[in-house]
Amino acid sequence: MKTETAIPSLQATKPTKPRQKQKGTHHVAGYLFISPWLIGFLLLTLWPIAQSFYLSFTEYSLLEDPVWTGADNYTKIFASDTTFTKSLSVTFMFVLFSVPLKLFFSLMVALALNKSIRGMNLYRTAIYFPSLIGGSIAVAALWRNMFGIDGYINQVLAWFGVEGVGWISNPDTSLGTLILLNTWQFGSTMVIFLAGLKQVPQELYESASVDGAGKVRKFISITLPMLSPVMFFNLVLGIIGSFQTFTSAFIITKGGPINSTYMYAMFLYEKAFKHYQMGYASALAWILLTIVALLTIINFMASKYWVFYESDGGKTK
Amino acid sequence: MNSVRARLSSHLYLTVFSFLMLYPIIWWVGASLKKTEELSLPTLWPSKPMWSNYWNGWHFSSEYTFAHFFGNTLLMELGNVLGGVATAAIVAYGFGRLNFKFRGVWFSILLLTMMLPNQVTVVPQYILFNKLGFVDSYVPLVLPHFFGGGAFFIFLLVQFIRGIPRDLDEAATIDGASVYGIFLRVILPLLKPALVTVAIFTFIWSWDDFFAQVLYLSSVDKFTVGLALRMFIDQFDIQWGQLLAMSLLSILPSVVIFFLAQKHFVEGIATTGLKG
Repeated sequence: MKTETAIPSLQATKPTKPRQKQKGTHHVAGYLFISPWLIGFLLLTLWPIAQSFYLSFTEYSLLEDPVWTGADNYTKIFASDTTFTKSLSVTFMFVLFSVPLKLFFSLMVALALNKSIRGMNLYRTAIYFPSLIGGSIAVAALWRNMFGIDGYINQVLAWFGVEGVGWISNPDTSLGTLILLNTWQFGSTMVIFLAGLKQVPQELYESASVDGAGKVRKFISITLPMLSPVMFFNLVLGIIGSFQTFTSAFIITKGGPINSTYMYAMFLYEKAFKHYQMGYASALAWILLTIVALLTIINFMASKYWVFYESDGGKTK
Repeated sequence: MNSVRARLSSHLYLTVFSFLMLYPIIWWVGASLKKTEELSLPTLWPSKPMWSNYWNGWHFSSEYTFAHFFGNTLLMELGNVLGGVATAAIVAYGFGRLNFKFRGVWFSILLLTMMLPNQVTVVPQYILFNKLGFVDSYVPLVLPHFFGGGAFFIFLLVQFIRGIPRDLDEAATIDGASVYGIFLRVILPLLKPALVTVAIFTFIWSWDDFFAQVLYLSSVDKFTVGLALRMFIDQFDIQWGQLLAMSLLSILPSVVIFFLAQKHFVEGIATTGLKG
């Protein structure tokens, strides 16, 4: 069933449920219960998707009716829009660095937190805390001040005799600053890893110890494979999420300097709601959707080679 | 002997790491009390705390105080939480317990929508709300929560419902309860802790959902705290101490909820990611 492949981590951990045993069917009641979602889906998701596709072939400013222009938007985007190329490459850079960084950090932290020592809850809370507020505009304001030319970071660097740069106003470092902010909010990814670690059967480690396996060996042969479904889940959602980064670029750097942090989502937002080029923005949205969908499909195909599911009877490949 | 040393070193690096993670926030508290000149000094705490930062920040706009913006945001949140909690349980019961045609297909679609970049739907949604005259009102922000509260929460609750023993349903059926009766009298009461999780997450996420707010609200009168902060940032001469003070206040509701309901948090995320 498709349900199982959509969220991979479920496959590994969901206890088999005796769904088939059910005798009664409730077609009417079933649809009645899901109707709030179903109506919302048709009205606010499916219909907009279809309309967005149509609009991507038109010119539309909200004031007049859409005018069909064929593939003009797409031709313009690919042939002559340098801002498109720039924002796409900025976004790719962002995704390329922030996703692996975040995955790596969250995994390391989860491993460190997966111990039973006293006060562990306190540590978990402290480490999770920045993620709670990290996406808010308040933190964006904080970040903008700390990384400013005479902000806190440079003051600390000056102590060590390092001359700081204007982290946000320098096109070479601005994107890095946003990546750092994104990495700082690794909390939810980390919690998912932590939950995954708790599900690894302890017997595996015990029998490995009997066989004389060391710490590193156990990590590579047990922890990593057992954690791979969770890793995959975090990777897929991480990529999709990073492609949509908006608030930090919008508030901290405003896309600048010289478009060095002009994220795709921001570009699209400005096309649609600043210049009111709804058709053009829709075409941009469909290009984004295509890229994200392709990457997700590639991810799913590649997952066969590295994601380990218990239910496969222990095959990794 | 060895394990004691291992434990001590664990404590040591966890303490250092927690401190590093929290350091920007500690600095933030101090900075919110600093004078502008003092902000560019590498000190953690001001020589003389400027409590007036809070007073002046609160009154930064000539028309409204932050009380107005907090009121607006809480009003919006009330709708969001109410809508999410009320409808997510209903939808989740349908998916989690009832057997109907194409259930599997719909459920797959539900999961797929979690992966859909919202850029694809945002333009037509805006056009729709614009046509209905709802732009610059809370309707586009609140209404979507009444359609099941979002795929994520439905999914979370479905997982939770699947963990409730079916014997309970069967016993109720023998007693003559209909599916509606089972939902109201058996499932809903048991769902309470999970619904608290839904409420908390809805609250915190909508508080931070800056994109929708900036998109749909344009008159200052209706501004949320986030938009008021943005207005603050966009001023020509930013009073950083005041801005940082107000930013700090703006995260306070989320922080309070986080500490009141810590257990729900970690469990909530874990359930969604993994547990059956």
